[in-house]
Parts: sequence; C-alpha cells; structure tokens
Amino acid sequence: MIELTTEPIDYNQLTESVRDHAAGAVTLFLGTVREFTRGVQTSWLEYEAYPDMARASMVELEAEAFQKFTVTRIAISHRTGTMALGEISVAIAVSSPHRDQAFEAGRWLIDTLKERVPIWKKEHFADGRKEWQHPGMTPQANTKGAKP
Amino acid sequence: MNLNVLFFAAARDVVGTDTVTVDVPDGSTVGELQQLMIQRTPQLERWSVALLWAVNNRYAGCDQVLHASDVIACFPPVSGG
Repeated sequence: MIELTTEPIDYNQLTESVRDHAAGAVTLFLGTVREFTRGVQTSWLEYEAYPDMARASMVELEAEAFQKFTVTRIAISHRTGTMALGEISVAIAVSSPHRDQAFEAGRWLIDTLKERVPIWKKEHFADGRKEWQHPGMTPQANTKGAKP
Repeated sequence: MNLNVLFFAAARDVVGTDTVTVDVPDGSTVGELQQLMIQRTPQLERWSVALLWAVNNRYAGCDQVLHASDVIACFPPVSGG
C-alpha cells in the first residue's frame, strides 16, 4: 500500500495492513519531526512533494523491495504539508516470514526513499529563519540560492 | 515546440513560479533545456550542478531528448523522509 497524504498518518492502521498469517514478523519505521539538528532549534517543518512522481517512485520502491527481499507485505505512507515537533512525516511497515528480512527491507526502503522520492523538507527554525533542506548542497549555497 | 516545465521547492523559489513554458527547437535535450533555463534565470546557475530533471515521472539525464507531450520537472536534491 502506497499513500501520499496531507492528513496525520494512522500508523496503527498502516501496521495492521501488513499483518498476514504468512508473516512471523512485522516492523514499523516512523520518521518524526526532531526539535534539534546540530544544535539548531526547529519550530516546525514543511514538506512539499511532486505528487505524481512521488507516488510513482514509491510504487517502484515497493516493487523493488519485493524483488530484493523475501517479504510478505509492504505499506508506505508519506505526509506533506506542515508538521509540528514530534509529528510523523513518514511511516513504513513491512511483514515477512522471518524477522531479518522485515528489518532489512524496512531499512532499505527508508534509505532509498530519502535518496529518490521527490519530496522536500523546509525547516522553520525557532529564530525565525527558514531553509529548504537539500542534501549535498552547502548551507551557504542553499541560503544564497534561495534569494533573488 | 513548446514545453511546460514544473519547478519544485527551492528551484521554484528561484524561478519565482511553479510552471514555465519555453519554446525550444525540436529534438532538444534535457541539458539544452537546462542551459536555456539558466539563461532566462541566471540565479539558477549556482544550483546547476545539483538540479535534477524528471521526464514523465522518471529521472532524466542531460542527453535525454524531449518531446512536446513530455511532463518535465526540475528540482533540487530531495530531502523527504
């Protein structure tokens, strides 16, 4: 199950959706809004997606995970919009016959999602600054690039 | 041919709008479109090494040839999760 939503993620329902009699293990990963990053305080986060491609990319991730790992079911939900501290931005549930595969697939899914799926995070800091997060770009280039 | 290019996140902030229509010669590539966009919006230059392009919901390299019906998007490195 793949979902891109602006609503709070119901991780109980997401977890239930992967439960299966063929599975002996279920893992759940939650990504949550962190208050401090390298000592800088965040007030809230804003997530933006390229919705069509984000959904297509997550469907591809799911299909690839089924090829790479012996898993029973997969559910991925990513939320967009504004999120307060502690809120859940992403949830990934995996079930598998044996636990190793559910752990490995869940780890691969979140790592690859962060590399590939076109979604962006904007930090709104406690000091009033706001900044798009773009891995691989220097903070300086990031700040300057965002100005006209 | 006319192409519509979608921009997201910081790339949209730099360009100042989420969709740009550009007229390019038939057979133009993603790389040529990027050069044209940088000419139109010089502030994109400093982002150019990091900019990502997608055609029809898939990542596209500089050599990919564009067609009028393509859905084209340009955006900075992703940071979801």
